[in-house]
Amino acid sequence: MTSTHTQAHASAAARKAAANRVNAKPGRKVFVRILRCDGPGQPSRWETFSVTIERGANVISCLQQIAANPITSDGTRSTPVVWDSGCLEEVCGACTMVINGKVRQSCSCLIDDHAPTEGDTITLEPMSKFPVVRDLWVDRSRLFHNLKRVKAWVPIDGTYALGPGPSESAESQEQRYVMSTCMSCGCCLEACPQFNVEPDPAAWDTAFVGAHALNQARLFNQHETGRRMKGERLDALMGTGGVNDCGNAQNCVKVCPKLIPLTESIAVIGRATTIHAFARWFSGK
Amino acid sequence: MTQHRVIVVGGGLAGLAASIRIAEAGLPVDLFSLVPVKRSHSVCAQGGINACNEVARQQGYSEYEHFDETIYGGDFLADQHPVLEMANWAPKIIDLLDRMGVPFNRTAEGRRDLRLFGGSLFKRTHFAGATTGQQLIYALDEQTRRYESEEKVTKYEYWEFLWPVIEEGRCVGIVAQDMRTMQIRSFRADAVVMATGGCGLVFGKSTNSIICNGAAAARCYQAGVWYGNPEMIQVHPTAIPGADKLRLMSESARGEGGRVWVPRTPRDTRAPKDIPEPERFYFLEEKYPAYGNIVPRDIATREIFDICVNQGMGVGGDNQVYLDLSHKDPEYLTKKLGGILEIYEKFVGVDPRFEPMKIFPAVHYSMGGLWTQFTKGTYNPVEPRVKHKSGAPAPIGSDLGQGLQPGAPNNMMTNVPGLYAFGELNFAYHGANRLGANALLSCIFDGLFCGVSVANYIRNDAPSKSPSCDLPASAFDRVVEQENAKSKRLLDTVSTGDPDPATNPYIIGKELGDEMTAACTVVREDARLGQCLQRLDALKERYTRLKLADDSPWSNQSFTYARAVGDMLAIAEAVALGARGRQESRGAHYRTDFTERDDANFMKSTVARYNAQTRTSSVTFEPIDASLILPTVRTYGKKDAATGPKPPASAVATNA
Repeated sequence: MTSTHTQAHASAAARKAAANRVNAKPGRKVFVRILRCDGPGQPSRWETFSVTIERGANVISCLQQIAANPITSDGTRSTPVVWDSGCLEEVCGACTMVINGKVRQSCSCLIDDHAPTEGDTITLEPMSKFPVVRDLWVDRSRLFHNLKRVKAWVPIDGTYALGPGPSESAESQEQRYVMSTCMSCGCCLEACPQFNVEPDPAAWDTAFVGAHALNQARLFNQHETGRRMKGERLDALMGTGGVNDCGNAQNCVKVCPKLIPLTESIAVIGRATTIHAFARWFSGK
Repeated sequence: MTQHRVIVVGGGLAGLAASIRIAEAGLPVDLFSLVPVKRSHSVCAQGGINACNEVARQQGYSEYEHFDETIYGGDFLADQHPVLEMANWAPKIIDLLDRMGVPFNRTAEGRRDLRLFGGSLFKRTHFAGATTGQQLIYALDEQTRRYESEEKVTKYEYWEFLWPVIEEGRCVGIVAQDMRTMQIRSFRADAVVMATGGCGLVFGKSTNSIICNGAAAARCYQAGVWYGNPEMIQVHPTAIPGADKLRLMSESARGEGGRVWVPRTPRDTRAPKDIPEPERFYFLEEKYPAYGNIVPRDIATREIFDICVNQGMGVGGDNQVYLDLSHKDPEYLTKKLGGILEIYEKFVGVDPRFEPMKIFPAVHYSMGGLWTQFTKGTYNPVEPRVKHKSGAPAPIGSDLGQGLQPGAPNNMMTNVPGLYAFGELNFAYHGANRLGANALLSCIFDGLFCGVSVANYIRNDAPSKSPSCDLPASAFDRVVEQENAKSKRLLDTVSTGDPDPATNPYIIGKELGDEMTAACTVVREDARLGQCLQRLDALKERYTRLKLADDSPWSNQSFTYARAVGDMLAIAEAVALGARGRQESRGAHYRTDFTERDDANFMKSTVARYNAQTRTSSVTFEPIDASLILPTVRTYGKKDAATGPKPPASAVATNA
């Protein structure tokens, strides 16, 4: 199911890209409008830069051009824009931001697709669910903290040579592989009405854990060794901020760049916590 | 009680494997990274990880042959003992990753699937889709998070390594900067492991992540750490050209049956599908009948470069060739290569399951790195053996002997006691050319095998050294002051006038990349390298007049970048000097003026040393230990020129 879904999605995107790219001319100028902020507690402001588009240009190459020549479109001297980035091939998750109102990675955002004609504008904002560090760079520590809440790891007996791991069916591997491609980018959290900005780390353990962490809980509950901590994971997800805080808006699955079946993972964890709660109630623990 | 500590700089596969192993040995670890470790460049590795396995073993493969392939693939430049030990360990590392939950692709029976990769005739590459590096680093990231939650590892993410603290002739800590608050401070440690990866950004656009600028390596180098084989830079044959970077198209595309070709008629304007088989020039298959499309990377790169640049046969007259998978079943491709095919589709807008990809070589990996030592193990034959014949049984006894002595404190230690180099930053394993799917292996091997060495270095010698926490503060303060002064000097340059290209750090960085790509990649030649060194001097001079566009004391990325450019210039000089000094051709290093390998003079490590007084580099060539395998000519069964490619058919008209 997932691979068919992937194919349909990918070829639709390719068709749209191909259509826009026919008309997009290299050398044209487009405007990049950026919501900037000098640091935590500082006011935000909009700045617009005019950028010359080369073949294959993406949001990253525009920001690089601005960094080398930080003069706004009205001729004012500004500073290079600050943003987070890494691999530039949509596999590290770093360069996530809100582009034209939609959360996504900026590296895979090609200018030809979004601003195909001279004078078009593309708008960049930082994600709103995490505290801004500066400009487009946000602090996603909470996202990683939540991976600790669900104990997202396999409890192995150390790294010495102790023979192979459990064998696994190809079908299970394919399911786990898709879940395991989560790059902790935060798109699902940005789109989620239940996940809100929480600058105080003391409140993190009781605020909604988020779709990405629920998916990780499912990933490790499905692994033969990982399953041995299933009870601990479900305990953590039964209380405040756990799976019951999901409002079923289903936005997460629509914005996931890796097409992870997040709503399916949430449903699996939801059922598992219900069964786990009953089992605990009957056993009196 | 005295508490010893270890610092690990870099959170990729090597740094995480080291952190886990050292924490297991009972020493607290402080882990520094420019990014949240899960976002390290290891995520970009696609194809897989090599190891002898039971299926290959029963067809005649062995750890010994993996070792032999790696030495031959590296054109006999690597010291041989560490490579043997790495190959010996490979199957154990796969098992460990499997236990950690890495979703390796499975066969129908539920066993780990295998694929073919460059430089081997056996299937010995384990893989998780086409994002193997991502899956491996996630597994190590998860284990590190587990230790972090048990307070055995402390992470310092968004902290930049600035300089090692060297006192009493050994490394006792580092100075680092918080990239958000810009605070500069020292950290003490009884040993420091550098695992900061490669230096692709020195070449401008490469397949590397934006963080792989080589600055950490350059800072160690300028502080007195030797740099080995700087000129050995791998140019990957297949990458997708882009405006911001060159995206890798994994070797697994060829391992899974991808064919490289150009139209026999230069500038043939037909769509690739309309060009019939006889009018396609599958130049790798014709020249290398045994290995075909899976010849090692340096060879594939030079052949593609030759077809495009020298023969003008690139697709459409441009510097590009076809990498074709469209003859394979689309479902099969999605399962085996989905991740990389999506990258091509996303960035180019064409589905490679149905249309051939257009690719060209790009800078990819640094075989060179900080120079390291080792202690030989028990496998020491009286005479080096002749090159292994693929598929023949391993020499008797070779599987019993160790290449390295486990736990020897100097394993992968640099010339500075207490300062280690692991992973891509370590020059030890890949010689003059790295085989595909050996990088993930060498990174994890370093962390796991040599992590024990780090613990032993601290514990064995503990009584003879004062622990770092008892050293006077002055040693650390001195380096903090040095770095504060450097920062101030840069921040004071902020200009208010129009940006001047001559003093703009981004322009200097770009010109550096353009120059290094032109002079120090696929083909090299004495006069051009001499010119390159002069241009580097000019860039260094401009760097002293650098002007920043931002003097913010908070999260100042352009300052961070500008500081790194100065360090990249130091690495660049070592690369160019090594390339000029090595008057032969070997592996990735190809000289048009010295086209043959010269074992008598250059089967030696290039060792670059930095003179802090004159701020210049010099290189020497020092003997390697090649006591296990005798060098042979490295041809990969290439047909000689007479029987080589047929002349292009003038055959457009026959295609009616």
